[in-house]
Order: sequence, then C-alpha cells, then structure tokens
Amino acid sequence: MKLDARIPSGPIEQAWDKAQFDMKLVNPANKRRHTLLVVGSGLAGASASASLGELGYNVKCFCFQDSPRRAHSIAAQGGINAAKNYQNDGDSIYRLFYDTVKGGDFRAREANVYRLAQNSVKIIDQCVAQGVPFAREYGGLLENRSFGGAQVSRTFYARGQTGQQLLLGAYQALERQVDAGQVTMFPRTEMLDLIVIDGQARGIVARNLITGKPDVHIGDAVILATGGYGNVYYLSTNAKGSNATAIWRAYKRGALFANPCFTQIHPTCIPVSGDYQSKLTLMSESLRNDGRIWVPKQQGDKRRPDQIPEDERDYYLERKYPSFGNLVPRDVASRNAKAVCDEGRGVGETGLGVYLDFSDAIARLGEETIRERYGNLFDMYQRITDENPYKVPMRIYPAIHYTMGGLWVDYQLQSTIPGLFVLGEANFSDHGANRLGASALMQGLSDGYFIIPYTIGNYIASTRLARVSDSAPEVQQSLSSVKAGIEKLLSIKGKRTVDSFHRELGKIVWEECGMSRNAAGLQKAIGQIRALREEYWQNLNVPGSGDDLNQSLEKAGRVADFFELGELMCLDALERNESCGGHFREEYQTPDGEARRDDEHFSYVAAWGYTGPGNRPELNKEPLEFEYVHPSQRSYK
Amino acid sequence: MKLTLTIWRQRNPGSRGKFVSYPMNDVNPEMSMLECLDVLNESLIERGEEPVAFEHDCREGICGSCGFMVSGIAHGPEPATTVCQLTMRHFKDGDELVLEPWRSRSFPFLKDLVVDRRSFDRIIQAGGYISVSTGSPQDGNDIPVGKEVADRAMDAAACIGCGACVAACPNGSAALFTGAKIAHLGILPQGKPEQDRRAVRMVAQMNTEGFGSCTNIGECTGVCPKEIPLEVIAKMNHDYLAGAWKERHKVVTAITPVTDWELAKK
Ligand SMILES: Cc1cc2nc3c(=O)[nH]c(=O)nc-3n(C[C@H](O)[C@H](O)[C@H](O)COP(=O)(O)OP(=O)(O)OC[C@H]3O[C@@H](n4cnc5c(N)ncnc54)[C@H](O)[C@@H]3O)c2cc1C
Ligand code: SF4
Ligand code: FES
Repeated sequence: MKLDARIPSGPIEQAWDKAQFDMKLVNPANKRRHTLLVVGSGLAGASASASLGELGYNVKCFCFQDSPRRAHSIAAQGGINAAKNYQNDGDSIYRLFYDTVKGGDFRAREANVYRLAQNSVKIIDQCVAQGVPFAREYGGLLENRSFGGAQVSRTFYARGQTGQQLLLGAYQALERQVDAGQVTMFPRTEMLDLIVIDGQARGIVARNLITGKPDVHIGDAVILATGGYGNVYYLSTNAKGSNATAIWRAYKRGALFANPCFTQIHPTCIPVSGDYQSKLTLMSESLRNDGRIWVPKQQGDKRRPDQIPEDERDYYLERKYPSFGNLVPRDVASRNAKAVCDEGRGVGETGLGVYLDFSDAIARLGEETIRERYGNLFDMYQRITDENPYKVPMRIYPAIHYTMGGLWVDYQLQSTIPGLFVLGEANFSDHGANRLGASALMQGLSDGYFIIPYTIGNYIASTRLARVSDSAPEVQQSLSSVKAGIEKLLSIKGKRTVDSFHRELGKIVWEECGMSRNAAGLQKAIGQIRALREEYWQNLNVPGSGDDLNQSLEKAGRVADFFELGELMCLDALERNESCGGHFREEYQTPDGEARRDDEHFSYVAAWGYTGPGNRPELNKEPLEFEYVHPSQRSYK
Repeated sequence: MKLTLTIWRQRNPGSRGKFVSYPMNDVNPEMSMLECLDVLNESLIERGEEPVAFEHDCREGICGSCGFMVSGIAHGPEPATTVCQLTMRHFKDGDELVLEPWRSRSFPFLKDLVVDRRSFDRIIQAGGYISVSTGSPQDGNDIPVGKEVADRAMDAAACIGCGACVAACPNGSAALFTGAKIAHLGILPQGKPEQDRRAVRMVAQMNTEGFGSCTNIGECTGVCPKEIPLEVIAKMNHDYLAGAWKERHKVVTAITPVTDWELAKK
C-alpha cells in the first residue's frame, strides 16, 4: 500500500496554516446533522469531544470507566511542555520542535512535530482560561521546571498532579457540552468492533458493561482516543484497565499499525517487590531535576546507603553524560540503570534498583522547598515502601510506561480507513522512537483541542456519506462477530485465570522485547507467545455470564488482543535491524554501548497491515525525510 | 500474615446480598488492599466461584475509581489514603476486615463493592466548569494569580471524585465534593464571572440527586484521601447565599437524575 501522509508542501513554519486554509468547512447549521463517535475520554478524547460539541456537532463519547474523569490521563504527574519562553532561557517553537525530533531519535515526521510545538503555546492559554491551577511564582506568573532531554525550562505543572488538573479541565469542558445537549456520554461502555461500510468508518459496536449488551452506534466518523498499549507487559505504570482493544479491532478491520515495537521504559519507578504485584508506580521524572542517581562502585555492596562514603559511589549518569547528567532522555537513563544492575551493582533486596538521592538538594534548598516541589510524590513513595525519602534515598528501577507506536495516521490524523481518526497515545504520530517527558499531555491536547476540530470538518465537508441503517449487512456482521467473541471466551471453561495468562505473556514480552532486544530472543518470544495463546483458547476460565457486570470477561477480551499485539511487537522489533530510541537491539550498538541507528536502511515508519488470522501481516513503509533537523547520532555527553 | 476478609456479596440490585467471610492465610504486608482482593479473586476463580467485583483503575490514588468501607471507615484506617494505596502492613495478624460498598441513596448499588456515582458527574454538568470554548483566549500570563491563591485553588482541585465523603457522612451529604469544585473555580479570577450561577446550580443539583444536607459533622474531611478541607463547604455556602440572592428572579432547572443503564436507547 502506498502511504500518503498528506504533508502540506512549502516551508514547515507555514505548513499548518496552509493546511487549515486549504480545508473545506462545514456550514454551522449543518454541523448538528453530523454525529461523531469519540471513543475515549482521556486528554485526547475529552478535549476533542468538548471542542467538537462546542462547534455544534452531535457527539457521542465512550469510555469504559464509570466516569470520563477517570481516564488514565488523570495519573500523569510531571507536567506539560510548551514553548512559551517565559523564562527567557532561549526557548522557542523551533527549539521544542528540534528537541522532540532529536529526542525521538529521528523516527518521527517533522511536519507533525512542528505543528505540535506550535500548538503547545495555545494549550497553556486554553488550560489557564479553564481554571487549571498551574504552579505560580510569587509575582503571580506561571512557573516552569525542566524535564529530561531538554536544556531549557519549559514544563508547566500543577504540583505532582498535572495530568489530573489538565484532564479535569477537559472533563469539565466536556460536561458543559453534555449539559448543553451537544455531547452524549456513554460511561462503562467498551468498544469491541469498528463498523466499516464501503471502505468508510461508520460506526462501532460497544458493549454496555452493566447490562452486558453489545450495541451498535452509527456515525459519520469515528475518532479513537483510547490510549496506549503498555499493558501488554502486564506490569506497567498504566492504569489496570488501559488496553489496546479498540485500536486492535480497528487494525483487524484494515487500519495500519505503525511502529508497534517503539515502547518506552521509564527510568524512575518503584521497584517490584513481590509476585502478587499488580502494577508499577511511577515516580515522576521531574524528580531527576533535584535527585542524583547513583549505585555503589563496588559489586554486591550490601551496606546501607548512608554507610557508603561519597568516593565509593558511582553517579554514573553524571559521569558518563556530563552535559545532561541526570536529565538525559528516558531511554538512555533506563538502559544505564539496567547496565549497572546487570553488573551486580544494583541496590535493594532484589538487586534491581538504583538510588535517587535528594540529600544534596535538601542541604542546598531545605526540606521545605523539596516538599513544595515533590511533596505528594514523596508521600506516595513512603506509603508504598514505608521508607522516608527525605532521609533515605529512593530506590528506583525502569518500568514500561508509554507506547510511541499506535495506529498509523496521516497529517490530518486520519488512519488508512477514511473516516477513522486516531488521537493521543493511540496513534503513532509525534514521538518517533522515544518520547520526551511532558510531551504526551501536550500531544493529547494538541490533537483534541486544536487539530481534530479542523480536520474532521474537512473530511465531513469533502465526503459523500450515505445513510446507514442498523440492518446493513456490515453492521450485522460486526455485531454478530462481537457476540461470538464473547460466547467463545465464556465457553472455554478451562482451568487458568486471565491474570495468570496475562502475567506470563507480560514476562515474555518484557524479557525479549523490553529494554533490550536481540534477534534470537525475539524469535523465541514469538514461538512462546503463540504457544501460550494456543493454551489460552483451550484452557482459559472466565466465570460468570455475559449478561451483567463481569470484570473477568472484560479482561479476557483485552488479553486476547494483547496476545496478538505482543506478537506483532516482536515481529516489528525483529524486522528493525537497528537501534533507535527505546528500541535497543543488542546487535546494533556503538563501541561505548549507545544505540546505533541505521538511517540508510531504516529511516521509515513501519506500518503493518492485517492479512487474516494466522497470516504474516504486511509491512508498508512510510519513508521519513528530514529537511530541518539533520539526523545525527544523539549525544547527551 | 493471616487475615479474614468479610465481604458484602450481592449479584445485582434486585438480588439479596449477604456478608461472606474469606480466610486469607498468606497475606504479604507489602500488598495493597486491592492486591489482597486480587489474590482472593484468583483463588475464587480457581475454585469455580465468582470473583468479588470492585472498582479500580490507576491504583495510584488519583483516578478515584476505587473505594469501599473497610471495617466501617471509608477507604480504611490510614489517613489520606485510598484503598488502592492502603498496604496490609497497617493491619495485624488475625484481624478481620469487613468490606462493604459505599451506602448512599444517591449512589445506587450495582454489584458486590461497586456502586453508581454518575450523580457526581451531573453535579459537575450543572456548573462545575468555566465557560470558555476552545479558541484563542488571552496569554496564560495576562491575568496574574498570586501564589497563595493558586495554591488554595489547587488544594480544592485535588478532589478525585471518589465518593468517600458521602459514604462517611451520617447525612449522606455531598457538600465536600461539591464545595471542592465551587471553591477551586470560585477562588481563581478566571472563575469569578460565573461564581453565582455556578454555586446556585450545583447546589440545586446536589439536592435533586438526593444527597443529604451538611450539618458540619466533619467526617467527610477525615476520610477524604486528598484531605480536602472543610473550608470549601464554607466557600460553597457563601457563594450559594450570595448567588441565591442575586439570582433570585431566575428559575433554576436541575438535570434529571438517570439511574438505569439502558444508555443506547436514549
Ligand atoms: C503514571 C504516568 C505518568 C505520566 N506522566 C506524564 C507527564 O507528566 N507528562 C506527560 O506529558 N505525559 C505523561 N504520561 C503519559 C500520558 O499521561 C498519556 O500518554 C496520556 O495521558 C494519554 O492520553 P490519551 O487521551 O491518549 O489516553 P488515556 O488517558 O489513556 O484515555 C483513554 C480513554 O479511552 C477509553 N478507552 C480505552 N479503550 C476503550 C474501549 N475499548 N472502549 C471505550 N473506551 C475505551 C478509556 O476509558 C479512556 O477514557 C504519564 C503516563 C503515566 C502512565
Ligand atoms: S472530597 Fe475527598 S472524599 Fe469527597 S470525592 Fe473528593 S476526594 Fe473523595
Ligand atoms: S484505583 Fe485509582 S484511586 Fe484507587
């Protein structure tokens, strides 16, 4: 398939303006005749639903939680980037663009990233106007902090709860439209299939999680904003319900899946403590602003941290990367943590941990200032570990956190299925092979507030949309396949629980397609995943029925999709014979252990197409061109 | 350590519920309350029984999904902690913990430990926002907001909408939740223009939903995982009184509470 990203020609600075000008508009009076289905109520979905409702469209918004306010975006801690240059430290739209393209290790589309940097500025204004209580200086102006992968201070934040406050802003805007009758909200409703008619996305089948009933919803376009797929790994920093089902079912209906192996491991999470563990807790990377990361110089040093003298500590990031120090990008920080632990210098009971030490910052700034900046994170750490981080260094270890891959979209955020748009973490668009901190919130809101309201209008105004009735064969086919899927899961009546399978799947993917990968391991993983999947469909035990609230059944459907997606991730990782960003192939590294990219052969987006059950998916390539930021080896030394 | 979990089991609103005791022989003190339920559920499924339904998502104390009574206390005995972050080390070997759903007529029962909190969404719909459509508002720094003001707004904005305040209140009042939003928005200069209307409409909705009235008992703030202070209720009352007087000639219409789940029919 030839992929057309529809990037406007001409200088990048004018691309978005030009695209907007070239777009067809929908007459205000006609908007209300169009129904748009938005799946997801996180930053991307809520901002899109609210903005589209304000424009006058008739919007239906879906989420699986009991309220749209609970979407996983709520958990983001650290902050949101914007090129405001309020600090007068040399920031600009161009610099944010440059940092993001470089941080993504030259695997993102330049035009998209430039637009993201442009929109960043408007996002802050919008959120302030909504009443988001961003941190302020005494003079009343907005405060900033710095984040990994950048040398300027451009991150806006609301204590350690930035995602919560931004999401509540979007949620409130959404509820205002619900009150106005523009948006109808469907909580506790899970999308299980996409309805495609004459090649256009025209509806979804979604199951009401209380009544158990799958219902058909027809619309003129479908917008997926369903978040990332980090839960393939079972243990991750994602919320327990985060899943890939919506995008996976869309993939099976013909949307391409781009760069599935680009997953991000976050360097600062609380280490695993036992096998009952259900998820991993992130400690915001903003902590790396004031915390110093170290391990003992000596292998197997079991002394308490305060008994290890300064000259027997290895501040390895500061040593290896003097100019960025503890603020190197996430992939670099994570790999280095793994390396020191592999050398036997890890700390804590399991040896899988490094110290994040605030004693210098506390000595310099005082405990009060540190409490101001990170109080709630410190409390959370103490609640979980029963250790006081003001006194003892935190122990941290990398964990899976974000997925850069997702459904392929063009510049208009439309997938390869006309009328199917994908926003937020669910698409692959802006972060290349590695996402910089504080830029997912920015992307979700840029997509939802400032891009989709324009591009959806262009689609509606330039497309002939026939009437669709519930009895259309495509609708009935989707509905019956959803019903059959549910029946199937309930009828196996085997011995093992969903969670036990999910844990095992997660382990395979983490071992072989996690922080570092190699060809032999990936091949092995594909075999293991297939075998385990086989067992899943023979030996799964889903108790209860399909006619009421059945949380095991919900999980079972999601895990079935994770199995297939996990395999695709390994296949993609195997095909990409280079290291870039979060994708570290052991065979491809520089002599000092840094990722070695191969621009000559791999400067492309790998977009996979579904070819039927059991068949090898088809690889399509969208070549990437860099006219502005010239690919170089990323150096943070 | 050994514990007994005595849990409210009820299949659906129409059926009869009862407490069932589950002895747990191998509880790791590092587990969270929800991980303890995970372990129980795995064993129930293996024995061919239905697992306990409970709500959860982030497991980091921020999404507000989780919540039930633990031996009579909403979210359990630890201050400022949701059940997803409540570790078992706070209990003693041999303890019996009684787990029950939030009990409130404005949170209709669904299953086991799960209730319906859509009434909270409707309170927000009634005015818990600043009416600014997506577009180009003025620069974020055009209206300075003093640090103390921003901090106070943030203290109120930290509410996660879990419902513990309602469950803990002998009157079943939602004043802490509603007050938190009224205070968050009302304190900020951006929220001033709608201050009156917001308070009047949100309070009216709260009453329509059937929440009880606040008699200043203070149980709510005691169990609130975000330690939302009682002063937000004072702020609510203040804004409500001022608003009700100024808007006395206007008719306030509340949103009709919906309690069924036949969503697609509408
Ligand atoms: C712990 C943590 C901290 C983070 N901190 C930061 C940070 O400081 N800065 C930053 O920029 N980024 C951060 N991120 C990343 C960022 O939070 C996410 O990438 C972003 O919020 C994703 O938003 P979203 O709108 O795309 O999806 P989500 O917020 O995940 O929303 C997904 C929505 O889709 C719905 N949904 C999913 N599947 C279905 C289905 N099948 N049917 C119906 N509905 C469905 C859900 O109900 C939900 O409403 C963090 C992430 C984590 C895990
Ligand atoms: S005020 Fe506190 S207890 Fe009540 S809903 Fe908000 S966070 Fe929960
Ligand atoms: S699960 Fe999110 S607050 Fe407890």
